[in-house]
Amino acid sequence: MPIKDYIRERYFPHLWCSGCGHGIVLGSFLRAIQQLGLSKNEIVMVSGIGCSSRITGYVDFHTLHTLHGRALAFATGVKMGLPELNIIVPMGDGDALAIGGNHFIHTARRNIDITAIVMNNRIYGMTGGQFSPLSGYGIKATTAPYFNIDHDFDVVELATAAGASFVARTTTYHEKQLTNIITKAIQHVGFSVVEVLTQCPTYFGRKNDIGSAVDMMKLYKEKTTPRGSKAKKENPDLIERGIFVQKEMPEYCNEYNKIIEKAMKGH
Amino acid sequence: MKQVMEGSHAASEAVRLAKVQVISAYPITPQTHIVEALAEYCENGTMDARFLCVESEHSALAAVISASTMGVRTFTATSSHGLALMHELLHWASGARLPIVMAEVNRALGPGWNIWADQTDSLAQRDTGWIQFYCEDGQEVFDTTLHAFRLAEWVNLPVMVIQDAFFLSHTLEPVDIPDQKQVDQFLPPFSSGVKLDTEKPCNMGQLTPPSIYMEMRQHIQMAMEQVSSCYSEVEKEFSALFDRQYGPVEPVACEDAEVILVVSGTIAGTCRSVISDLRSKGEKPGMLKIKMFRPFPADFVRRAVRAAKKVAVIDRNISFGAGGIFCQEVKSALYNMDPHPPVFGYIAGLGGRDVTPDSLEAIYWKTKKGDLLKGESTWVETQEVELKN
Ligand SMILES: Cc1ncc(C[n+]2csc(CCOP(=O)(O)OP(=O)(O)O)c2C)c(N)n1
Ligand code: SF4
Ligand SMILES: [Mg+2]
Repeated sequence: MPIKDYIRERYFPHLWCSGCGHGIVLGSFLRAIQQLGLSKNEIVMVSGIGCSSRITGYVDFHTLHTLHGRALAFATGVKMGLPELNIIVPMGDGDALAIGGNHFIHTARRNIDITAIVMNNRIYGMTGGQFSPLSGYGIKATTAPYFNIDHDFDVVELATAAGASFVARTTTYHEKQLTNIITKAIQHVGFSVVEVLTQCPTYFGRKNDIGSAVDMMKLYKEKTTPRGSKAKKENPDLIERGIFVQKEMPEYCNEYNKIIEKAMKGH
Repeated sequence: MKQVMEGSHAASEAVRLAKVQVISAYPITPQTHIVEALAEYCENGTMDARFLCVESEHSALAAVISASTMGVRTFTATSSHGLALMHELLHWASGARLPIVMAEVNRALGPGWNIWADQTDSLAQRDTGWIQFYCEDGQEVFDTTLHAFRLAEWVNLPVMVIQDAFFLSHTLEPVDIPDQKQVDQFLPPFSSGVKLDTEKPCNMGQLTPPSIYMEMRQHIQMAMEQVSSCYSEVEKEFSALFDRQYGPVEPVACEDAEVILVVSGTIAGTCRSVISDLRSKGEKPGMLKIKMFRPFPADFVRRAVRAAKKVAVIDRNISFGAGGIFCQEVKSALYNMDPHPPVFGYIAGLGGRDVTPDSLEAIYWKTKKGDLLKGESTWVETQEVELKN
């Protein structure tokens, strides 16, 4: 099916600022769906609130635009209700790891078959550039006009420690890798976390004097390296890209079916 | 000195001058300008205060509650879903008798994601034990925020100072901002009677059996009953210094009015001009602006509408299955007054829809000419809604 058939044209032009990385993530996501050959009716997309969460408006699948931080809780309900569907949750860094942090770790712990795409621009874009739990030490934001003293999470390590069975990271600069990773994440049975470093030129870029969207993307190229590369050993400050965890583990809905089976045997 | 500023900054300027010591918040549109200004003041030393930007509104109020328990002056700000998320802690703050002040920006609740003005968020919290003030303009936001600290610290109850999303929070108006010396005269440093103190160790929030729980609740009610007279004292002192006074309600041309329009928030500003227009045409409308919603100033309302033929309450909020929330309160205030004018309820301006002078004038005529409606409330300027099974 042509990509265009996956979008709701009536919602365009989109609300994102020019240069925003969220559109690249949308593009990669649509190409992944196209490669997988999924039909529209097999996909449910659930989002919270944020610039990133706006994705649910633009795609022509079953979509739920829910509360800030609660997307994974809503998504869990959808999956438990109709386990045969593919559930995809685009999330902002604030949405996933500030107000929604608790849902994030518990969804990982259950290993329920949901794909979370964490669009990490290290800022609350939608509300005007306040710092988020992923901004990191030293960063400037509208609520940290001098510098931020809060340290950030490493999304990959957090998801891994909490029990996610597929964990990956890449950036909007590495669009091909992003499409490839999203494809694998959707195919994976269990909770999949894809962290995408994505630029918010309007707030993160401006507040921190990084320059244009293009400059920000160049930094993604320069400051990242494939997982386990020689470059990483030489320069530990580089951020690794790639798939960090991909393992078969009991999936929550399947395990639930086992309880039902066992309970029914007694009757 | 008069400065041109948004309603948001009228709130943050008052917080600066009130020398608040701990502020915590989570950003939500349209509250963000308030907390961004305060974050800047805390960091550049304009305020000797700490600003905590935490991971949710629930955590923000928790942080402020415990800071207040340490005996310092505290502030938070939120809106809509942020306030809804604070619900559990709203009860906690009043139950613990903490004089926290909050700026609340009235915004609609979802679904139907909507960031515009609607009072249902704060009115849904009416039973949490917070004093609530609804403001009409930037000056009132500024003044009421200062009143709020005095009042809260006097009666040991938290206070919400409420302003409409965008119509007030993002609208630039001249606001008279006094200097620090003048404000210090009105608002002395906070000294808390009940606080954690290493010299006098105590234990807070413990199991409270039926034998004392009820009395604790009665004390909160008794404190609420004092608010009206305390507020009039606070206002007296404030007006001696600044020459501005509001009252829990403000009756405008009510003495000889046939139809009184009851309003709150920014709709009051629009209503003033409608009243004078209609008066100039020989009509006899009046306006009653309700500023204090909790405790509800029932006496003031009774006095103001006693002589009117009809009362029309305009609510930018809805309690589904019951009607407008101000309307319910006005009706229950009048119920035991014999005789009392019939009360007409109108739902208008939900989710930021404009309530224009024409809307208010139409409500006036409808009330004047109409008989009491069977239903609880009339929806203003809605498109025909078809009920489907
Ligand atoms: C309970 C609640 N609190 C606050 C908000 C306001 N809010 C909306 S989006 C958002 C943060 C957006 O940041 P992020 O999740 O990183 O997404 P981005 O816009 O950066 O893509 C906030 C704080 C809200 N909608 N609900
Ligand atoms: S504010 Fe930032 S995250 Fe939001 S659309 Fe603009 S660039 Fe993107
Ligand atoms: Mg973000």
